Amino acid sequence: MRLAREEEAIRAGQWGQPARHALEMQMAVGEFFGAREMVPVTSAHLTGDPESMGDAGLGFVEDLVRQGARFVVPTTTNARNVDFDRYRELGQPEEVAAKERRLRDLVVAMGGIALDSCTNYQAICQPRFGERLAWGDTGTVIYANAVAGARSNFEGGPASYAAALTGRVPAYGMHLPEHRWGTHLVEVRDQPRTASDWGALGVLVGRQLTNYWLVPVFTGLEAEPSGDALKQLGATLASYGSLAMFHIVGVTPEARSREDAFGGRAPRGRIVVEPGALDRTYRGFVPERDTADLVVFGTPHLSLFEVRELAGRLQGRRVHPKTVLLLTTNHHVKAMADRLGYTAVIEDAGGRILAGPCYYIMTPRELARRHGFRTIVTDSAKLANIIPASGYNAIFRPTAECVEAAVTGRVSA
Amino acid sequence: MSAAPVILTGHAGVGEVVEGEALVSPDGFSARYDLDRVTGRISRESHALFGASLAGKVLVCPLAKGGFATSWALLDLRSRGLAPVAMLFTWANPVMVQGAVLAGIALMDQLVPDPMEVITTGDRVRVDPKAGRVEVIVRAR
Repeated sequence: MRLAREEEAIRAGQWGQPARHALEMQMAVGEFFGAREMVPVTSAHLTGDPESMGDAGLGFVEDLVRQGARFVVPTTTNARNVDFDRYRELGQPEEVAAKERRLRDLVVAMGGIALDSCTNYQAICQPRFGERLAWGDTGTVIYANAVAGARSNFEGGPASYAAALTGRVPAYGMHLPEHRWGTHLVEVRDQPRTASDWGALGVLVGRQLTNYWLVPVFTGLEAEPSGDALKQLGATLASYGSLAMFHIVGVTPEARSREDAFGGRAPRGRIVVEPGALDRTYRGFVPERDTADLVVFGTPHLSLFEVRELAGRLQGRRVHPKTVLLLTTNHHVKAMADRLGYTAVIEDAGGRILAGPCYYIMTPRELARRHGFRTIVTDSAKLANIIPASGYNAIFRPTAECVEAAVTGRVSA
Repeated sequence: MSAAPVILTGHAGVGEVVEGEALVSPDGFSARYDLDRVTGRISRESHALFGASLAGKVLVCPLAKGGFATSWALLDLRSRGLAPVAMLFTWANPVMVQGAVLAGIALMDQLVPDPMEVITTGDRVRVDPKAGRVEVIVRAR
């Protein structure tokens, strides 16, 4: 890999030991993927929470601070394990909250911003076309690449810290046009209507294209997708397929035409989404029992529009006494929801709206043990994909059906 | 036991030379989606290796799945003696490689022939990432 003069200086230790070690890790990853150079980035989005990092990961960050590390680009944090104001009432372990506080303090000490959100792109850091980023959360990466035309690989936990310390990333994968071009044509003949339908579409495609190096190109879509629809599509493709890029012809910026999306190459494969396929995707999640222990909205974090919709659906209704309803969002949407009265409607109905966490990292095994959770109902296909590893029977349903499950305490096949 | 040695070659991987017993997974792998990171065992009930421990194994797998959790998990598993010693993928993704670099675990991908085709669970395997070479030393009986 060819290094610029400044990178040689980092490698020689002129920026301190943390940046030197960070660059060495980046070079090893870059060389694995055939990168020829490093490129500067405008921001880093850190991924790491005590639950996924473990004590070893926390120790890595402790060491950085001890060695005087400083972030050199604007750096934000992803969703957390806890809402610091609400974790006790949910019965989450004190130890995890203490580690989260410690991690937050360490990140802030290095110059980071405790944003605590996996939807940074919706309110805080709108990516622009061609901008190079070092973002870690896969949902943020695919949104930035596909919807904005920005450029980022999955800069996972340690890689996001490394980029924040060096201000650059190795140029491979999504930084190169040839990896952004479409590989597979998706002909959609079953029109998604709601944001969760776009998630269902993501399930269908992400189950078939399960490789970071594949890029679906969607055609035949009649509806204009909302930002939340694109958020669900992207997060689901990233979750099921580990994909970092997609195109929608006529909608996303690198797909003005089909030829544009494929970079003039022929598709390597074709997927047809037949009428009825989206509904069958939901029904493929089969409840073991008809009781809904838990209903969760907010993977990725809910937008203000989504919180408003849920408040509207819950207005004057009451969550079933044996069912727990959780909404997860970021601090800024929560603050707006408080101001606009949405929070009051949701809490009056018996639901909780949490700021900062995301359910699959909210110590889900611990909560299942404590509350006897087994069946989780959600309109997030991503959450339904992840949470079975923590011992849950996950049921993906349209938003309206999830609200009904919360109110009746039942979920039907 | 086959007489001819089985040798796989490819681009340089990350990590040092290691030997271990192969554990072949027909399904892809993510430390978030498939693993109980406390015990180091596969915890997704629908996964082909459900219940299996990765500790000390050479994991052979078609795909790296999922997101950032894996990039931290490998270091944490290794610090508790629960990590695989090497991982051979048909296709790796960035978070898996980033995690292997942080943890110092050998990782290679795009080998020829594909390890999914020629390695079976229980084979003793030698992995030399820098040389871009994997050898099956002893076949499983």
